[in-house]
Amino acid sequence: MAVMQNVKIVQAKDNVEEKVMMRDVYCQTLLELAAKDERITVLDADLMNSMGMIPFQKAFPHRTFNCGVQEANMIGIASGLSAVGKVPFAHSFGPFATRRCFDQVFLSAAYAKLNIRIIGSDPGITAAYNGGTHMPFEDMGIMRNIPTMTVIEPVDTSMLRDIITQLSDLYGVYYIRLLRKNPIKIFESGSNFELGKAITLNQGKDVTVIATGIMVAEAMQAAKKLALEGISTRVINMFTLKPIDKEAIIQCAQETKAIVTAENHNIINGLGSAVAEVLAENCPVPMERIGCQDLFGEVGPEDYLKTRFSMTSDDICNKVFRVLDRKT
Amino acid sequence: MLPATEEKNLKMFAARIRLETLKELKSMGFGHVGGCMSIVETIAVLYGSIMKIDPQCPGWKDRDWLVLSKGHAGPTLYATLALKGYFPMEELKTLNRPYTNLPSHCDRNKTPGVDMTTGSLGQGISAAIGIALGNRLDGRDSFTYLVLGDGECDEGQVWEGALFAAHHKVDNLIAFIDYNKQQLDGYTKDILDLGNLADKFSCFGWHANEVNGHCVKEIFYAIKEAKKVTGAPSVIVLHTEKGKGCSFAEGILNNHHMNFTEQQIDEAINNVQRFLEKQTL
Repeated sequence: MAVMQNVKIVQAKDNVEEKVMMRDVYCQTLLELAAKDERITVLDADLMNSMGMIPFQKAFPHRTFNCGVQEANMIGIASGLSAVGKVPFAHSFGPFATRRCFDQVFLSAAYAKLNIRIIGSDPGITAAYNGGTHMPFEDMGIMRNIPTMTVIEPVDTSMLRDIITQLSDLYGVYYIRLLRKNPIKIFESGSNFELGKAITLNQGKDVTVIATGIMVAEAMQAAKKLALEGISTRVINMFTLKPIDKEAIIQCAQETKAIVTAENHNIINGLGSAVAEVLAENCPVPMERIGCQDLFGEVGPEDYLKTRFSMTSDDICNKVFRVLDRKT
Repeated sequence: MLPATEEKNLKMFAARIRLETLKELKSMGFGHVGGCMSIVETIAVLYGSIMKIDPQCPGWKDRDWLVLSKGHAGPTLYATLALKGYFPMEELKTLNRPYTNLPSHCDRNKTPGVDMTTGSLGQGISAAIGIALGNRLDGRDSFTYLVLGDGECDEGQVWEGALFAAHHKVDNLIAFIDYNKQQLDGYTKDILDLGNLADKFSCFGWHANEVNGHCVKEIFYAIKEAKKVTGAPSVIVLHTEKGKGCSFAEGILNNHHMNFTEQQIDEAINNVQRFLEKQTL
């Protein structure tokens, strides 16, 4: 893990929807990086339009490989490119970037100790109208199973820009779970983050909500609602699922003595599992988990799905009440 | 041109590789004998004559690369690399022992001279394409050689790679298919018939050729021809025999991974040694 010299995190005053899409910031960041670094290459599996990467393809046609609908081959090619010193960023939708090519990521990339970045877009319910077939509630869990893998879910454009920039200079195998749409702003632009280091967004002493991805904004809302009930809620953004910030989890458990996790992913093998592992081994305290309760995804608008899978700020509040009841 | 002396040298090199591979396998009493033996002549031609390599500097950037996608033939490659001086011959005795640098399947992080980690079949073609593309992007005049097993061609990823390499005109990639007509569970025609592999690759847009995979001369000329091809990747289908040149493995069915007695392996080793002695006279 690189040691960041200039960690500078400026929290946004208001959590409002950003005017730009995550995918456009992803493309813009890579355009800027690739202009300075000829090692950067981009691969996709026939989703360059969906990912908004046509400007990159136009600017760097020789460094762009649209593999067609071939996720397995794409991961292998990315691995081979990195063997000769290239720095590949390979994208597909989350389910296809992970479960479709698990063995290639495992062997050709990770086991071979090569250097690739896998971008899996449309996490969980944000796959919305593409429905259950395209709705990855398992992607982070799959990737978390691979030794040496780093799993990151950037929460907004400020974090995305910084993480992608950092990754262009790091060596290893990385999974970046990427919302394509407009995120809720959590940080001011220009912030710098330290991989593997959780961020406290709201101080609190009664309970900690550890959240990732789109659930961070829900957790912030829940904290406001809970404050009206006299409950002081700490909110943590665990944007790096692996390696997970053990120290932060232990500290929250010791200080607030109750934990709720909130993720746009199956509670099995995702953030809920990862936090539970740390708690069980170090500092067991009552814990509840928000996220997909081991179900397949469904088709529909995101708002409907958020309710369907009990992932609203009210659901978080209810879990907080429950965990506080269990707290002695 | 391949002068007669050079051809003889390659035959001798192949015999030495076969001998050292058998000695390597002897230490454990089991191994992937069949597929190690069938690919010997191709590896001998590549490392004995064709490839641009520097055993003193395995990571030399301008070298040619080899992806042994049928990673279970690792022992043949290890014997070759040791004979070329990448590491001491003594090390061949450590095959599959704890802490060895020579695992059953190829590992680029363990063995000097091994360019890619393989073992899960079908994956080597993609890595080889990536390596070839990267070298082409950087303007390096180097070739990437890829060795596929015939059973391996059951994997869909092989055909994903075949489509891609032709579309992107990866002409610095030369693939071999070790078509020994047998896979683990039996004859390929009975398990999953591959039919005419050269025709199939040709339809995908590859320059395809077929040779006797135990004839160093035919292999040599096929590679020379493939290197001249522009605008398309090349494949050389090697008609081979699984277990070739190993008395207890050749011509039998269940020779993919086999156990053998000391007497059997000693006899096989003696046969190759006698061949080598005759050549030296």
